[in-house]
Amino acid sequence: MNLWRPFAKPPTDELRTRQKDNTAESELFFRRALFALLAVLLGFLAVTSRLVYLQVLNHERFTLLADGNRIRLQPLPPTRGFIFDRNGVLLADNLASYHLEITREQVQDLDATLAALRQRIELSDADIERYRKLARRAPPYTAVPLRFRLTDEEIARLAIDLYRLPGVDIKADLTRRYPLGSLGVHAIGYVGRIDETEMTKLDPGQYSGSTHIGKTGVERSYEDVLRGRTGWREVETNADGRPLRVLSRTPPTPGQNVYLSIDIRLQAVAEKALEGHNGAIVAIDPRNGEILALASQPVYDPNPFVNGIDFASYRALNTSKDKPLLNRALRGVYPPGSTIKPLMALAGLEYGVVNRNSGVFCPGFYRLPGSSHRFRDWKRGGHGSVSMDRAIAQSCDVYFYNLALNLGIDHMHEFLDRFSMGRPTGVDLPGEKGALLPSDEWKRKVHKQPWFGGDSLSAGIGQGYFLATPLQLAHAAAVISQQGKNFKPRVLYATEDPSTRTKTLEPPRPLPPVTVKNPRFWDAVITGMIHVVEGGTAHKIGAGAKYRIAGKTGTAQVFTLGQSEKYNAKRLAKHLLDHALFIAFAPVEDPRIAVAVIAEHGGGGSATAAPLARKVMDAWLLNKYDDSITTDVQPAQDGQSRGD
Amino acid sequence: MVSRVGINRESTPARLGVLLLTDDRVEEANGKFLNLLYLDPLLLVGLLAVSGLGLMMLYSAGQRDLSLVIGQAIRLGLGFAIMLTLAQLPPRHFRFWSPWIYLVGVLLLLAVMVAGDISKGARRWLDLGVVRFQPSEIMKLAVPMMMAWFFADKPLPPRWHHLLGGALVTAIPFILIAEQPDLGTALVVGCAGAFSLFLAGLSWWLLLGLAGVLAAVIPLFWIYVMHDYQRQRVLTFLNPESDPLGTGYHIIQSKIAIGSGGIYGKGWLNGTQSHLDFLPEGSTDFIFAAFSEEFGLVGACLLLILYFFVIARGLYMASRAPDTYTRLLAGSLILIFFLYAFVNSGMVSGLLPVVGLPLPLFSYGGTSLVTLMAGFGILMSIYTHRRTLTP
Repeated sequence: MNLWRPFAKPPTDELRTRQKDNTAESELFFRRALFALLAVLLGFLAVTSRLVYLQVLNHERFTLLADGNRIRLQPLPPTRGFIFDRNGVLLADNLASYHLEITREQVQDLDATLAALRQRIELSDADIERYRKLARRAPPYTAVPLRFRLTDEEIARLAIDLYRLPGVDIKADLTRRYPLGSLGVHAIGYVGRIDETEMTKLDPGQYSGSTHIGKTGVERSYEDVLRGRTGWREVETNADGRPLRVLSRTPPTPGQNVYLSIDIRLQAVAEKALEGHNGAIVAIDPRNGEILALASQPVYDPNPFVNGIDFASYRALNTSKDKPLLNRALRGVYPPGSTIKPLMALAGLEYGVVNRNSGVFCPGFYRLPGSSHRFRDWKRGGHGSVSMDRAIAQSCDVYFYNLALNLGIDHMHEFLDRFSMGRPTGVDLPGEKGALLPSDEWKRKVHKQPWFGGDSLSAGIGQGYFLATPLQLAHAAAVISQQGKNFKPRVLYATEDPSTRTKTLEPPRPLPPVTVKNPRFWDAVITGMIHVVEGGTAHKIGAGAKYRIAGKTGTAQVFTLGQSEKYNAKRLAKHLLDHALFIAFAPVEDPRIAVAVIAEHGGGGSATAAPLARKVMDAWLLNKYDDSITTDVQPAQDGQSRGD
Repeated sequence: MVSRVGINRESTPARLGVLLLTDDRVEEANGKFLNLLYLDPLLLVGLLAVSGLGLMMLYSAGQRDLSLVIGQAIRLGLGFAIMLTLAQLPPRHFRFWSPWIYLVGVLLLLAVMVAGDISKGARRWLDLGVVRFQPSEIMKLAVPMMMAWFFADKPLPPRWHHLLGGALVTAIPFILIAEQPDLGTALVVGCAGAFSLFLAGLSWWLLLGLAGVLAAVIPLFWIYVMHDYQRQRVLTFLNPESDPLGTGYHIIQSKIAIGSGGIYGKGWLNGTQSHLDFLPEGSTDFIFAAFSEEFGLVGACLLLILYFFVIARGLYMASRAPDTYTRLLAGSLILIFFLYAFVNSGMVSGLLPVVGLPLPLFSYGGTSLVTLMAGFGILMSIYTHRRTLTP
């Protein structure tokens, strides 16, 4: 074999493939390559058309999706407005409180960090357990709170070493505070954490980021005013949801400050006067419907409710037989008793059932025609011959039995309804009850019975089915004092823009006035009410008053005596004692305050309720305030700073 | 005649000597520098343009990580070096080595089956102690080489029994790779064989018949060959929204990236989908989506035109090749390049199912880059050495 031969000439294709026609194959390949090129072109055209579909035809949709991917809206909750009384005394503000939080991804050794923190501040096992539970669910870049309500001392101790503890931070947030505690709680109310049922009803746009909402009182009814408007921050996030930068910011609008028509000094007088009783005092400025005091005893401290009251305390409040959580001024329903008599007298005059001078003989009881049942007068011996004036002043039941029977339930219902009896007055506080002004129709519907004459007699002296709230009675007194001019009771005095501090006074909210055929009817009734205080059932409070008062006592039976039994306060249990009521307005020449007082199981209206009303009227009209209260409650300084 | 046949029966060491000692560069070079280097200037410009754009995009998609770009640049440099090296070899060297490379490749695939490393549920890697590599990658070159070698001395268009032989050459590595399983590489290898058959002049009737057989085989393939995750990919492709957080997430985010780019794009370094990590694999398999997001329809079309230019130039070069072996090899190599570009851009835009093929010369990563550049080296060699073979 010649080894050198291959080097002479390398092998070529022609040598091996003689059957092959290279020219023909080259042409075949060229055709195929051309065809392949066409396929390549078509392939790329398909991709291009797909790109046109995505980038031109559906560009907007995908832009939205891309933005939806990256842009998150973060709510910026507004600062809640403050609440002041009519003189600018602070009733509710926001207090900065500090909590400790840890961002997990910035901590290298969590256990070591926790141990280091434990050396400096008090940390319970429950705190740590809760932190671990929350931190497990939260993304690693979010800060999770560890301890709330740090004291100044703890903050100071932590602040020194904070730089040595990466990921640990002290954060401030605002907590609602009621500096006067329980004073005025039934009017002011409180805020609390938003619960699950509220969450479903709230506008998620406005409340995301907010943790608290007004639960009762003004905090609830003026929630929209106090809350302000949530701001937003558009944040660009990555796929893990980690915020990278802020794209835009709409600052929150802080809530308006609210000034109540309540004078907190008068409120303190009313609450203090009621101390020892369960009951309510409502004082209204009859000229415009402003509520000056809205006291309900017992009271409670709203502050623990803000961040969640503990279960035991709540249960104690909720199950107490004195029901401190009940706002008796709006939601307590009581038989109005004799306090209704001025209205009944007015109705009698209006419908011509009685006239001012016509008299009725009172033997101490009243019998329906053809019946032996005796409807007793509160005075066993009777009042003898009584005119309207004396009937009101002495609170003669027989006169009003007679009047009610002649008036009939339909007229009575129609007339008393004009004073908002049996329906809410429309006060700007939540939960007001309408109580009950009975009617024939109502009795047929609820009791499946027709209205009897006896029912009229009971209703005529504010007993039987008749129920009213203290607010309704105060409102009725206010309307009488204004001779029919009628304003919706309200607690809102003014709102204030927190940044400019410009106050907007709330205008009165007029209601349709109560008109009678003859304006002199008002004089007749009011004169009767003046005589209640001047020589009548409440003559004791009239003594020494520096202004003239018109009033009406009431003693509402809680418990029906047998036909021949005698009411003996000493022998009856406290919860069976009569409710003591009193309504009044003063001064009679130019009424500036109308008051209703109810002391549950207080006994007689003249002995128990009337002096309380006198205290409130004295305070308001003579500027006579208890020193201990006025030193507590200083009017706010001008230019006070807000929590933000 | 006898003596010429005798050359073919020459012992292997002797032929090796021939290969090493013959140098025909001097007689070919006509003085120009690139010709001296056996490189085609137009193809080179196309490849450099695509790679350059890729590096620029990688800087953006890789969150401005310069080390990533430098690493890729080094890989590209290595790829171009391999191309340059292979371009120097005359085509007959490749022809000589074709069956051996193929044989070694098949043996390595068998070795992988027995002793390969498992990673991500697939047995693809072979650890030789010094290097760890995927033998299936070799087959991307070995199959077109072997196919060209097989048809080189057969009269074309091929007879039916020659077709069977060609099909077998492709089927063996295809099945071995599909078994690993590595659907992407199996697809490339299978298509490489198919491209060769097509370019060899497979009759249109047979082509239609094969398409029919394929249609019949797909259901069987679905049931017996494909793995769950592969079936899931196809299902997700058909309806990506059915699994927006799982397998559909990739394609949904990719479509959002492309679509939100619009006509002119968000601008370089301004893509939100890629920069905020919404687009998975934004610098590797899905870099085309990141590119389309930042450069819009205009940029994406420009890139596709560049690819088209490279492929058209490659096909032209292949059609100028002097003989069957070089023609078939060059043609199928450039069509493999097309396959990568088309499957990747189609997958990323939701036109095709998700198959793990990178965008050639563009995606971050080195394995396929080396094979592709080696292929271009062979292509360059075939085109630049052709004059020696035309008497």
